[in-house]
Amino acid sequence: MKLITAIIKPFKLEDVKEALTAFGITGMTVSEASGFGRQGGHTEVYRGAEYTVDLIPKIRLEVLVDGEEVEKVIDVIVKAASTGAIGDGKVWSSPVDNIVRVRTGERGTDAI
Amino acid sequence: MDVVLNSGDTAWMLASTALVLLMTPGLAFFYGGMVRSKSVLNMMMMSMVTIGIVSILWVFYGYELAFGYTSDSPWYGGFSLSGLGSKVDEFTNNGGMYPIPLLVFAAFQLMFAIITPALISGAIADRTKFSAWAVFVAIWSTVVYFPVAHWVFAFGNKVGDDVTGVGYLAGKGLEDFAGGTAVHINAGAAGLALALLLGKRVGWRKEAMRPHSLPLVMLGSGLLWFGWFGFNAGSALAANGIAGLAFMNTQVATAGALIGWILVEKIRNGHPTSLGAASGAVSGLVAITPACAFVAPWAAVVIGFIAGILCSLAVGLKYKFGFDDSLDVVGVHLVGGIWGSLSIGFFGASAVNSVGIDGLLYGGGAALLGKQALGVGLVAAYSFIVTLIIGFVIEKTIGFRVKKDAEVEGIDLNEHAESAYEMYSSSRGGSSI
Repeated sequence: MKLITAIIKPFKLEDVKEALTAFGITGMTVSEASGFGRQGGHTEVYRGAEYTVDLIPKIRLEVLVDGEEVEKVIDVIVKAASTGAIGDGKVWSSPVDNIVRVRTGERGTDAI
Repeated sequence: MDVVLNSGDTAWMLASTALVLLMTPGLAFFYGGMVRSKSVLNMMMMSMVTIGIVSILWVFYGYELAFGYTSDSPWYGGFSLSGLGSKVDEFTNNGGMYPIPLLVFAAFQLMFAIITPALISGAIADRTKFSAWAVFVAIWSTVVYFPVAHWVFAFGNKVGDDVTGVGYLAGKGLEDFAGGTAVHINAGAAGLALALLLGKRVGWRKEAMRPHSLPLVMLGSGLLWFGWFGFNAGSALAANGIAGLAFMNTQVATAGALIGWILVEKIRNGHPTSLGAASGAVSGLVAITPACAFVAPWAAVVIGFIAGILCSLAVGLKYKFGFDDSLDVVGVHLVGGIWGSLSIGFFGASAVNSVGIDGLLYGGGAALLGKQALGVGLVAAYSFIVTLIIGFVIEKTIGFRVKKDAEVEGIDLNEHAESAYEMYSSSRGGSSI
């Protein structure tokens, strides 16, 4: 079992969500995040005072998947989230020891 | 005296009074949006508590001190209790009789007395002890605004051919229709004094201090603009042609200033900003305030346009001189007020208002400009010096600033035990360009 975490551009969320749903993913968690990578920040000017905004708003999307599906799901996300421009984000996967569905008490892959 | 109530004038003045009141909550939005998210409630509360305090003082002695005419002094109205409740049958007498109830005039003038100290709060955002601010508002209104309003706005108690108690500057021929000196220069000079006295915010020019909500700023500037029609056109004290002139000039000067400010931004930074548009509008409103009934609409456009350019550059002064006038009370209200007051010396036209005098451009010579400069200088100097004294006394007795920890953590939480939002900061810097 794996946890896939994707940091994507906020306006790409709908595309990624649709692509994952079409692939057969039935659940995900989305949160607002901010950070920076190669894209760096940008400059804003207020009444002549310049500010460097280095934390850029992003969306963090998390999906739990069966180990066998990991590469395919990552491909789906990367394809849907890509614009080709700097700042498209990152996707990574990490191992998950256990998963429990709270309502039924199901464990492991049954709980995905 | 045979005065018959004019219901049209009275209705307009009642409406104008409500419009001017709305400017103070509007100012609270304008300022509130410009501070960081941890200080927005305190910023807005500084305006709200001013409405509370000044309204109460006005009833008991404020009106009397400004417009009482129980003394014959050019410096103050009188020291007795206002006794406003006994004046329901009286008409307004201010250099002549107006067919509107005195209580309506008193309520209208109250709204000016409220917004003037509220304007000062922008200079000391994020760091002022709330109780100290409340004490300051009460003292400042008493020793600065009420007397200065008398100097500028009191045209005397006229009985027959006798006029008593004319304000010093009104008597000298200062032309200030709605408060370029009494309101804006007064507040701007006081803001400068307090910004110097309280010192910079913790982390000024190092930490992020960008406006936390520009939509709030835009909302505030819209409410100010709307309310300002009451401020300027209402100052005619009648629903007449002068009110119409003031109304039109208010609109077009503000438009000119808005365009002037964002043009500077476009040329200098490449981007016209929403904060620039909102600030430009307010700078135009400030500048046209003294001039609105004395100049032609074409001149109002020019006055506004120059105000937008001038103020957009003046807001950078604090970085040059190193004082933290947080929301640019000096750059917008002091500079805009000075320009607007002096502009009448150039653009004043007796053709548009027979009470007015021709300025330099209409062949009137420099005499009017001299009178305007006297008003500008006297009000700015008095307000600056007296504010410094009041501020110093408050600082040495109850303290004017919150503790450093409280300021860093957030003044909303520490002074009001509230927080406006759940948010965090995501930027750094603050150097001028």
